[in-house]
Amino acid sequence: MTLLGAAVDYIAQNPRLFREALVTHLLLSGSALLVAAAVGIPLGAAVTRRPRAAFVALNGVNVARTIPSLAVLAFMLPFLGIGFLPSFLALAILGLPPIVTNTWVGIRQVDPDAVESARGMGMTGSQVLRRVELPIAVPVILAGVRTSAVQIVAGATLAAFIGGGGLGDFITTGIGMMQVELLLVGAIPVTALAIATELGFSLLERALTPRGMRES
Amino acid sequence: MIRLRRLTKVFAGQAGAAVDDLTLDVAAGETCVLIGPSGCGKTTTMRMINRLIEPTRGTIEVDGRDVAKADPVELRRRIGYVIQQVGLFPHMTIADNVATVPRLLGWTPARLEARVDEMLALVGLDPASFRRRYPRELSGGQRQRVGVARALAGDPPVMLMDEPFGAVDPITRARLQNELLKILAAVGKTVVFVTHDVDEAIRMGDRIAILRDGRLVQHGTPVEILVRPADPFVEEFVGADRALKRLGLVAVPDVMAPGAGGAAKGSPTVSLHTSALGALPALLAAPDGAVTVVDAAGRPVGRLSFADVQRVLTDESPG
Ligand SMILES: Nc1ncnc2c1ncn2[C@@H]1O[C@H](COP(=O)(O)OP(=O)(O)OP(=O)(O)O)[C@@H](O)[C@H]1O
Ligand SMILES: [Mg+2]
Repeated sequence: MTLLGAAVDYIAQNPRLFREALVTHLLLSGSALLVAAAVGIPLGAAVTRRPRAAFVALNGVNVARTIPSLAVLAFMLPFLGIGFLPSFLALAILGLPPIVTNTWVGIRQVDPDAVESARGMGMTGSQVLRRVELPIAVPVILAGVRTSAVQIVAGATLAAFIGGGGLGDFITTGIGMMQVELLLVGAIPVTALAIATELGFSLLERALTPRGMRES
Repeated sequence: MIRLRRLTKVFAGQAGAAVDDLTLDVAAGETCVLIGPSGCGKTTTMRMINRLIEPTRGTIEVDGRDVAKADPVELRRRIGYVIQQVGLFPHMTIADNVATVPRLLGWTPARLEARVDEMLALVGLDPASFRRRYPRELSGGQRQRVGVARALAGDPPVMLMDEPFGAVDPITRARLQNELLKILAAVGKTVVFVTHDVDEAIRMGDRIAILRDGRLVQHGTPVEILVRPADPFVEEFVGADRALKRLGLVAVPDVMAPGAGGAAKGSPTVSLHTSALGALPALLAAPDGAVTVVDAAGRPVGRLSFADVQRVLTDESPG
């Protein structure tokens, strides 16, 4: 029997186990991405008008980006122990840098003339942000969210190391028991998930780009 | 209405002042044209009036109120602003662009929609075909017209227009100038209008302010500036053909000899509504140096001769 066939067999024989791992993986990734976006977009937008704060935030976030995913998860262990919460928090932090950076870049590259005319017509600072800067920056911000989502979905595999569950459980167990087919039960769906995330967000990006700004 | 007092702006890190001790009054309902070489401080002056930048020294009053003490957001909603680079919002339709200020002012949707169509029609863009388009689907000149429509939409008492017709062809430009003059005559807005085009300045301005290196060189009516340029700079700026430009400001009825008779039979005719400049070609073609002035129905109402036109040019009083 091929390895692939063995992996499929395993899933067929343990449907609940597989489904639980998949659901945990999706929950973990989804909630981490939501929090990363909920924090990252306002943070990136807030620092666009404060150059010093922007310097600190962007550098901080970029240093965080260089820390390996596994290390981020490991850092959670002494503070929050093991399980879903520390995994979720680590993934949210992991997903933050591309979102903050892209939000900042996206707003910075908005045509200064559009901003000037918005201010000149009497929009308040927050109206300029909400009605002009953010909508124009949407494609760039969403590209950041896409990068972040892919990183989180892939990174969630590592949650298995701190008891977070998810598809990574099959991989760690597979490695521990030297069972390659078990390893594939985790690895193949994770890969498929990452690709689907990439594609899904690309479509979303296209759909949410304001019509006046789409490449025709 | 707009009072600038010793207004000065020195940008950080620059030796000279961008606007230097500028004192200027624009009366209510008047159009003041700012004109001068690139970099002389026209845009900077406008941006100080609506507080997009703060003056280094000096004061600005709009409608009797010191703008430094006004709430900038509230101030700007009462001042229509056409920026030099147009600055339309690329993610919004033309209708939404035009509706910007009315929306900020909280107009009802019905009133807003009617206003958008009215403004688009005013600047010569068919509402039905332009309302739902996006800025990048328009030509440069069309975008500029949307910019003007957008600035007028909130019906502000004061308008700042920075080269609003710079990218428009001469024929459309003349049409837009006329439309704008009509609006301004009807609703009495106070306007500061920037242009590089002396002819446009003469047409649009009740008064013209000529700037050079941030300083005011001359401020006066178009006739004053054409008849008595303050210095060689202004003289060169308004051009060697200032005598012809002056004739363009004189209406035929003001200089003709009124009366139905007197003209030689079969002499060329000019309309009552042309300028002395417009009558010149007919005068040149007239065998006896005189033409018959006729009204819209073609009835003779007077006679215009070369001597009448010459009197305009030799008469040094700018009145
Ligand atoms: N934000 C700024 N920071 C620094 N210098 C500026 C700024 N804006 C304008 N300047 C300088 O101030 C001077 C006047 O500029 P301004 O834009 O008012 O000229 P302008 O008369 O509008 O010229 P143009 O006809 O080319 O539009 C120029 O020397 C310009 O370089
Ligand atoms: Mg300018």
